This record gives sequence, C-alpha cells and structure tokens, in this order.
Amino acid sequence: MIEFQNISKRFPGGTLAVDDFSLVLPSHKATVFVGSSGSGKTTLLRMIDPTAGRVLIDGEDISGLNPVLLRRRIGYVLQATGLLPHRRVVDNIATVPRLNGVPKRVARRDALTLLDTVGLDRSLAERYPDQLSGGQQQRVGVARALASDPDILLMDEPFGAVDPIVRAELQVELNRLQRELGKTTMFVTHDIDEAFAIADQVVIFRTGGVIAQVGTPAEILANPADDFVATFIGADRGKRTLHLQHREGDSATLIVDGDGRPAGILGADR
Amino acid sequence: MIWFIENFGLITGLTANHVALSIVPIVLGFAIAVPLGWIANRRPALRSVVISGGSLLYTIPSLPLFVILPYVLGTKITDDRNIVVALTLYAIAMMVRTAADALAAVPADAIEAATAMGYSTWTRFWLVEFPLAGPVLLAGLRVVSASTITLVSVGAIIGSANLGYLFTNGKQRDFLEEIIVGIVASLVIALVFDVVLVILGGVVMPWTRRDGWIRRRSVLPVGQVG
Repeated sequence: MIEFQNISKRFPGGTLAVDDFSLVLPSHKATVFVGSSGSGKTTLLRMIDPTAGRVLIDGEDISGLNPVLLRRRIGYVLQATGLLPHRRVVDNIATVPRLNGVPKRVARRDALTLLDTVGLDRSLAERYPDQLSGGQQQRVGVARALASDPDILLMDEPFGAVDPIVRAELQVELNRLQRELGKTTMFVTHDIDEAFAIADQVVIFRTGGVIAQVGTPAEILANPADDFVATFIGADRGKRTLHLQHREGDSATLIVDGDGRPAGILGADR
Repeated sequence: MIWFIENFGLITGLTANHVALSIVPIVLGFAIAVPLGWIANRRPALRSVVISGGSLLYTIPSLPLFVILPYVLGTKITDDRNIVVALTLYAIAMMVRTAADALAAVPADAIEAATAMGYSTWTRFWLVEFPLAGPVLLAGLRVVSASTITLVSVGAIIGSANLGYLFTNGKQRDFLEEIIVGIVASLVIALVFDVVLVILGGVVMPWTRRDGWIRRRSVLPVGQVG
C-alpha cells in the first residue's frame, strides 16, 4: 500500500507542482493517474523528496530510507524505455538483481524466464535494445522492472511512444500480468482510454496535482463528478453514450457512439 | 639498407625506449583527463577553468617545457622522467576536452533510467556513463596516442635515447637513410598503437562492433529506434 499524506512539492524555480495531495493506493491494485501535461502526475510518481507531507510504503515513511536502495525495491518502467543501449537485452533485465548482489549466472537465468513472462522469445536475449521494435523494447522495460520481484511497479507513460496497435496489445498484456502478479501499480498516462483499460482505480487530475475524481472506471463513466471530468472522459460530447443501430442486411447489431461512429458490434459470431 | 642492418641493435633499442616513453604518458593522461572531464561537467565554473587550462597548457612549446621541468621536478636535464611528465601534461591537455564532451554527450535518458534502477553515482559512472562515452573517448585517445609518439622524438634534442636520435644524428651527418629509418619506425609504432587501441576498444565495448552502430547512434536518440 502506498499512502500520500498532504504532499506538496515546490521545485527550486519556485513552481508549486503539487499542493497538499493525499491519496491511498491499495495493495495489489493498479491505480492510474490521468491528466493533461503539467497536472503533476509524473511529479507524484517520482515523489521521493516532497517539500511537505509524507509518502508511506506499507506504513513506512520513505523519507528515512536511502533513495538508492529504495529505488532497487521498486520496479520502474520509463516512457522512452530507458534501456541501456550498451547492454544486451538479458543484461538489461538483470540490472537490478545484479545491483542487489545476485550472482550473474542466476540473474541471467531469471532474466530468460522473465522474457517468457512478458511474452518475448528467448532468442532476443542476446540482442541489443536498438535491434528490437518499440513494442519489444517496452516489454523488455517491463521485464526489467519485474526482475527484482518488487511489490511496487511504477509506470510513467510507458506506452506513449508505440503505435496504437502495439499499444493496445501491451495494455492487454499488462492487464494479464497485473492479474497474475498482483503488484501495487502506479501508472501515469494522459490517455483516458488507456486509464480505463488498465485501472482498478482511476485518479483524474486537474492542473497543480489537484484531484478531480477518484473511482473505478465504471463509477467515473457512470457518474462524472463535474463538467471537467465529463469533458475529460468525453461524456459531454456523447462519446461515451453508446446506442444500438441495426442496419438492413447486416447480421449483427452495430454499436455507435454519440458522433455516429461505429464503436463495435453486438451479438457477432464469436 | 646496409646501415639499417648494421645498426639493427641500436634501432630496436631506441624503438623500445620510444615505446616505453609513449605508453606511460598516454595511459596516465587518459586516467587523469577522464575524472577531470567528469568534474568539469559537474560544475560549469570548473568547466571553463579545466577546458581553457587544457588549451593553454597545450600552447607551451615542448622543448622549453623539457628544459624547465628539471628545475620544477629536481631531476637532471637528461632524465627521461622530464619527458614523461611533459608528455603526460600534453596528453591531459588534449584529452580533457574530449573527455568532458564525451561524458556530456551520454544520453540523458540512459542516465535517468540508471538512476531510477538504483545505481549509485559511482556505479552509474563506471557501468553507464563511462562505457557510453567510450567510443568518443577512444577517438580522443587515438589522437593523443599519435601525438605523443611524435612528441617523444623532440626529447632527443635534450639527449633522450629514442627514435628522435636518428633524426638529429642523421641531420648532423647529412645521412638520409638514418632519418628515413627513424620516420618509418615512428610511423610503425603509431600504427601499431592505433590498431591495438581499436582492437582493445572492440573488446571492451562489444556493442560497438556491430555494423553501422555509430551511424545509427548519431542519428537516432535512444528509445526511438524502430
């Protein structure tokens, strides 16, 4: 469990990025922070030294912990993959266990198992990151974050740089991993659809780290707290209001959104 | 050709000493310039001091330096240590700017990722920044190597027994073969050093051995490669 207690963060320049933020991230659940740029969500994800307030991990105040050791306890997936370009895939995955003193042979063997976990072929192990596709690199990034079997997984817009098809694939994979592994996950994105696809708990931000609404995807979709949330999730444009349309000659019933765009079909042969 | 064969013993002796006098400044210069370059990047004020200091140092002509150093070091003027110290200073002067630039050019996201993974500043330097700066450092080191081997010859004027002796002696005797042998032997040393450095670079930086790696790296930022 991660607890933010009255967190404020002021950057050296004087900008107040987050002001008096409090939230509980339940254990073994995925909490997604969603908001536009400058809403302070990434600042919160990296909150290791708040200007005021406390961050607790399972009740323990992290301000008393060594940041280097703390980072090794937490799995972190970065936006631009952050894979080390001079190390092979297998060694990238083994990074944190190696830092924690796991013998090289063991760490590499575990890394191969992790390739299976994230759905990559073991033949990629000896390649360098720039020899993989963007989607594969991102899977390696996830494998690396999981390598030390951390309780906490932080993901900072991890799928921002891949194309929509790969992105959807990765979201499905992440959901599967989350069900299997049950990590306490904090995921940052500016894509509300991605948030709904992944989250157990969605946190929608206004600027300055102010929470607009917290809830499950269903709660937020059904009852947007205010106009800001309604606009953000697209409810005001009727984007989320789906209705059925049966066309002459079609075997299936079409579901269309508020703009009349087909969103899917009902009762197809699957 | 006859002179070459008759004096083969002398030439190999001079060559061996030339190699010894070159290796020490190259290795020491590199070992000192890299930490200096790292420090220079940490503090902008220090950067200008280190970089300008390096450039300034390099403008001192080598011969006066060979002559001044004995007074500073308390050595005899004919002592080869003067040459080693002088050439180490030049090696640092040449290398420090390259080192600072090479370390500054390490992709920020690789450093950020390494920090996020839990590297300490020290391990991050050795396992991430230093290797990623490696190809540029190597390029700088190759220049230093060639330059140092050339500069060692100047030491012959103050009595050092290296290949430069063949130039001064050949000049005095107006004997072309001796001069040519000196030049060719220097070139061979420089070439061998360069080949060794490149091979060594490939061994310690296996990721650079792939086709087009340098080219790809210079065009595409990390993480955006398709």
